[in-house]
Amino acid sequence: MNVISDKLQVEGNRWIGTRTVRPDGADKVTGRAAYAADNTMPGMIWGKVLRSPHAHAVIRSVDTSKAEALPGVKAVVTARDIVDFPVDKSVMLGIQDMRWMCRNVMAREKALFHGHPIAAVAAINEEVAAEACRLIEVDYEVLPHVIEIEDAIRPDAPILHDFLKHEGKPSNIAGTMTAKLGDVEAGFAEADVIVERTFRTRPVHQGYIEPQACTVSYAADGRATIWSSSQGQFMVRAMTSLLTGVPQSNIKAIPAEIGGGFGAKTIIYLEPLALLLSKKSGRPVKMVMTREEVMRATGPTSGSFSTVRIGAKKDGTIVAAQGTFYIQAGCLPGGPLRGPVGCAFAPYEIPNVLSVGFDVVSNRSKVAAYRAPGAPLGAYAAECVLDEVAEKLGMDPLELRLKNSAKPGSKAAYGATFGKVTFEETVEAIRTHEHYKAPLERNPRPGVRRGRGVASGFWYNAGGESSAQVNITEDGNVLVTTGHPDVGGSRASIANVTAELLGIEHGRVSVQIGDTSSIGFSNLTGGSRVTFASAMVVTQSTEKVITQLRERAAKIWKIDPEAVTWENGEARPAGPNAGQFPPLTLKELAAKANEMGGPIGAGVQLNTQGADPGFATHVVDVEVDVDLGIVRVLRYTAAQDVGRALHPSYVEGQIQGGVVQGIGWALSEEYLYDRQGRLDNAGFLDYRMPVCSDVPMIEPVMLEIPNPKHPQGVRGVGEAPIVPPLAAIANAVYDALGKRFYSLPMSPPKVLEALEE
Amino acid sequence: MTDIRYLAPRSLEEAVSAFAAAQGAARILAGGTDLLVQMRNGVVKPGLIVDIKKIAEMTEIAETPEGGFRIGAAISGATLAEHPRFGKAWPGVLEAINLIGSKQVQGRASPGGNLCNGSPAGDSVPAMIAAGAVVTVQGPNGRRQMPVEAVPAGPGRTHLAPGEIVVSFTLPPRPAGSGDAYLRMIPRTEMDIAVVGCGVSLTLQGGTVTAARVGLGAVAPTVLLVEDAARALIGSRLEEEALEAAAAACRAACRPINDKRGTIAYRIKVAGVLLKRTAAIAAQRAGGN
Amino acid sequence: MAKVHVTTTINGEPAEFLCEPDKSMLDVLRNTLGLTGTKEGCGTGDCGACSITVDGRLVCACLMLAAEAEGHEIGTIEGMARGEALHPLQQKFLEMAALQCGICTPGVLIAAKSLLEKNPDPTETEVRFGLAGNLCRCTGYDKIVRAVLETAAEMRETAQ
Repeated sequence: MNVISDKLQVEGNRWIGTRTVRPDGADKVTGRAAYAADNTMPGMIWGKVLRSPHAHAVIRSVDTSKAEALPGVKAVVTARDIVDFPVDKSVMLGIQDMRWMCRNVMAREKALFHGHPIAAVAAINEEVAAEACRLIEVDYEVLPHVIEIEDAIRPDAPILHDFLKHEGKPSNIAGTMTAKLGDVEAGFAEADVIVERTFRTRPVHQGYIEPQACTVSYAADGRATIWSSSQGQFMVRAMTSLLTGVPQSNIKAIPAEIGGGFGAKTIIYLEPLALLLSKKSGRPVKMVMTREEVMRATGPTSGSFSTVRIGAKKDGTIVAAQGTFYIQAGCLPGGPLRGPVGCAFAPYEIPNVLSVGFDVVSNRSKVAAYRAPGAPLGAYAAECVLDEVAEKLGMDPLELRLKNSAKPGSKAAYGATFGKVTFEETVEAIRTHEHYKAPLERNPRPGVRRGRGVASGFWYNAGGESSAQVNITEDGNVLVTTGHPDVGGSRASIANVTAELLGIEHGRVSVQIGDTSSIGFSNLTGGSRVTFASAMVVTQSTEKVITQLRERAAKIWKIDPEAVTWENGEARPAGPNAGQFPPLTLKELAAKANEMGGPIGAGVQLNTQGADPGFATHVVDVEVDVDLGIVRVLRYTAAQDVGRALHPSYVEGQIQGGVVQGIGWALSEEYLYDRQGRLDNAGFLDYRMPVCSDVPMIEPVMLEIPNPKHPQGVRGVGEAPIVPPLAAIANAVYDALGKRFYSLPMSPPKVLEALEE
Repeated sequence: MTDIRYLAPRSLEEAVSAFAAAQGAARILAGGTDLLVQMRNGVVKPGLIVDIKKIAEMTEIAETPEGGFRIGAAISGATLAEHPRFGKAWPGVLEAINLIGSKQVQGRASPGGNLCNGSPAGDSVPAMIAAGAVVTVQGPNGRRQMPVEAVPAGPGRTHLAPGEIVVSFTLPPRPAGSGDAYLRMIPRTEMDIAVVGCGVSLTLQGGTVTAARVGLGAVAPTVLLVEDAARALIGSRLEEEALEAAAAACRAACRPINDKRGTIAYRIKVAGVLLKRTAAIAAQRAGGN
Repeated sequence: MAKVHVTTTINGEPAEFLCEPDKSMLDVLRNTLGLTGTKEGCGTGDCGACSITVDGRLVCACLMLAAEAEGHEIGTIEGMARGEALHPLQQKFLEMAALQCGICTPGVLIAAKSLLEKNPDPTETEVRFGLAGNLCRCTGYDKIVRAVLETAAEMRETAQ
């Protein structure tokens, strides 16, 4: 692994590309790092949520009088206290529609899933709050419910929302999205080989280990302070403001350390409830979800029901591709259609594409983002069909991908015309990798079969709004503040960049995440945007600081600022003509800051652009116990264009973590509901995320092809790694067994049943 | 809110009298790995928690004069694993107890708790049944002994009388040529509840099985002693036909349900597969003894 | 509810507290004693984020009543470093980036320390099974396993 580091380190770079110790590391290995649930305040009380016991029911009335009368209860809130956004007028905050968010944080007209919040209580302790929840009387009119996509789109399905219409009729199809290129029917007419298959996947949860939690203190002057862990303190502020009516300027959202998010913490559940409870009670209110609440009532990502059809000529040229993707939204509209519709065929140059997504509501918790939202669903279907096309053509599956790979200037069905495209490089990296060439012992023991599979993936990546402030301390060190929660080591990358640009020791740079009152607006940590965007604004801020430092030196030396350069942490005369002066270090300049014009520091706020897409290609070996139907991953190699790895360890970590989440999705994770529409596996025991002994080492192959639109060449890396694993593993299982699976997870009963067919 | 008391008596008599006096409102706390989860979920709301780990007999490992073992019902799997001889005599029982949960859970979970929790999927129970273990039970009316297979009554229920506490497990002496094993099917490699569990204990003389017991878990409302499977093995030299007959007996004994952990068809099939695999390991161990 | 008075030792220091009889050790560590380094991920013993040691044995603090701590020695993440000197595992986790979000890290470190105390020379498989009770969703476990193996090797060298 260290070998990779050396290769990655660009000539002359001292910090960028090195494996420095992260700025927040010591706190995290000693238990000092403060996560959302670790906060306490004087006078703090505890909030709890009453949740619907029904999957689908009209809420006729909610009587909170007995709860309010219980000694120790300080406040109760219901939907009446939440700002109502009428269903006929969309109010967007980013990609979230407040009509749905206000109904998600608290059921309004109807309870739409088992676990839907009905009311919230604050009391002197958790036990009293829980007891008060039991005393709230709710009159439900229980309605028939629907859970699965195929049931929800039947003509006679129970309809969740009368106001949703599809083709003029009330429907559970809340919306559609289409991406189109050329004429698919004409394309298929040219094809020598056509493969069409239908696929099903189950919703899977992001599985962050830290349950949602917050503390909110609403003061008598109308100002509120929120401590919570999220993927965006500015999102917390804006969404809480919209849902409570408290203006943004009166809310300070402080980002706690975040214990995993993977997209899920780009929306909120507790903060508005806690704020309203704090307002009513006059006390700081803490709320912490149990794991069961997290599983039941926060958003997993969608399950899917998809059909993909691909046509190719005998020489392997793909002439047409069509995808129909029914995507679960949960109980309110907003499934990630953009993922499958736009990403499924994006790695390939295909002249005729028709990709259509349907947003399907049913009586499940509203979905939330999960790492490359929706993209794995599309890639699963498309990349499995490609494997079959390759087989029918008698072609190596990677050759087929290379032959059809998108190139600079290729047009994607979702609308983009690609600039630099680095997909081929990822395929080539796997094709030439020792793993792909290594012989596979197919039947190592009786009852055991092995197979190998490949798949590729695409993610858009993102830029967007970011702010940074770089300040030089009086003693000549550096404090960098950015506005993005650090979910996977972004502070480490920012420290590398800042130390590199300033030419100083890494340890002299501190990096912190500012709260909403101490740093300018910064969009969510999501979309694989943070290292890209924050490195950009930090670079520009640091460059401004360097300009100031040169100006200060010029002033001291009484020469033109243009005649001063900044090298290795010092101001120096640019050349012999500039004059003979001993260099001035950062410390020296900081010491003279006030007499030479005041504090040194600079901030930049930008809507960053130029985040080119990410591509990945993976190869996996699996072993199947044919008597028990158990599939295990033996070896995994993941190649990805990472642009520039500012801190290689955390880039590798993104790839390794994403792959293992994909392994869980493919083999063991799924939401299971009982006949009453209740989630049957709301915990880590029966919602089976991979444990340490389930997986092998994951070998990342980082291709450093600098993104020309970024000062360090950074490309987003966090999301692409979860796109290929579903199909790669399915293709490997086929290679092992000669049977194709069109439904995930490939759990032991399913595998054994298929083997017996 | 219900009032709760916590009691950690030093003597069994004290524990039994407090437990019996509470008349069903009390719960015994051994490792707590089931009880605390049930309390958290609100499944049980005990008025009294009787922590039995301070009672010496409940956490002892003793070698009986006959050459067997008596292990306290509240002993943790991790402690049992550290005994110099137990694991050599009963490797299957030991591995079954130490398949209950993670390393963290093994530091607490006990065979007594696993049995009294009444889950048909408890890992230690099929191995204990295969071993022919007998439990010593103490209650308001004194002590009695029951074979392990007589304890479970159904999911979450036992045949213990009100106020009775399981004190210890007695495992018989091992004749030469004996070995036991326990295997379970779980979807992951760790941290799951058994979809099927199978314990086998064998004694071989000159390659012929002279004694056999088979315990099968997670395939019926209680863990089963599968006598037909044992009969198929006894007298055989573990030929394929004998193993297949024993596997068939295991499949025939299954009365499973479809649930989130497995289907009826899957459990039945797997019961046979596990019998064969477990018997092979037990036989190999018997050959070495 | 009558509280129980508990006298115990936490990270080598004598400690006393009052707790309700049904409170878990985790609850008391976090909410009574302010030792929030021990994390709650599930409360049912399925994630290992609340791993602590009791008389040197690894357990989940969520599966233990606080009342049971009477007379025992509790070890938590806050006691792993000696002053400013990090434990070799803590140091290696930093150097090898064996954490991302860090929420599972205290539990993983406590479990890894317990593993190496019992088995100073584990194989990769032994490390993987030894840490199977500690869920990590960020890292895919790769760097955690490597860091534990590397620490074990260094500790063996130091011990010689």
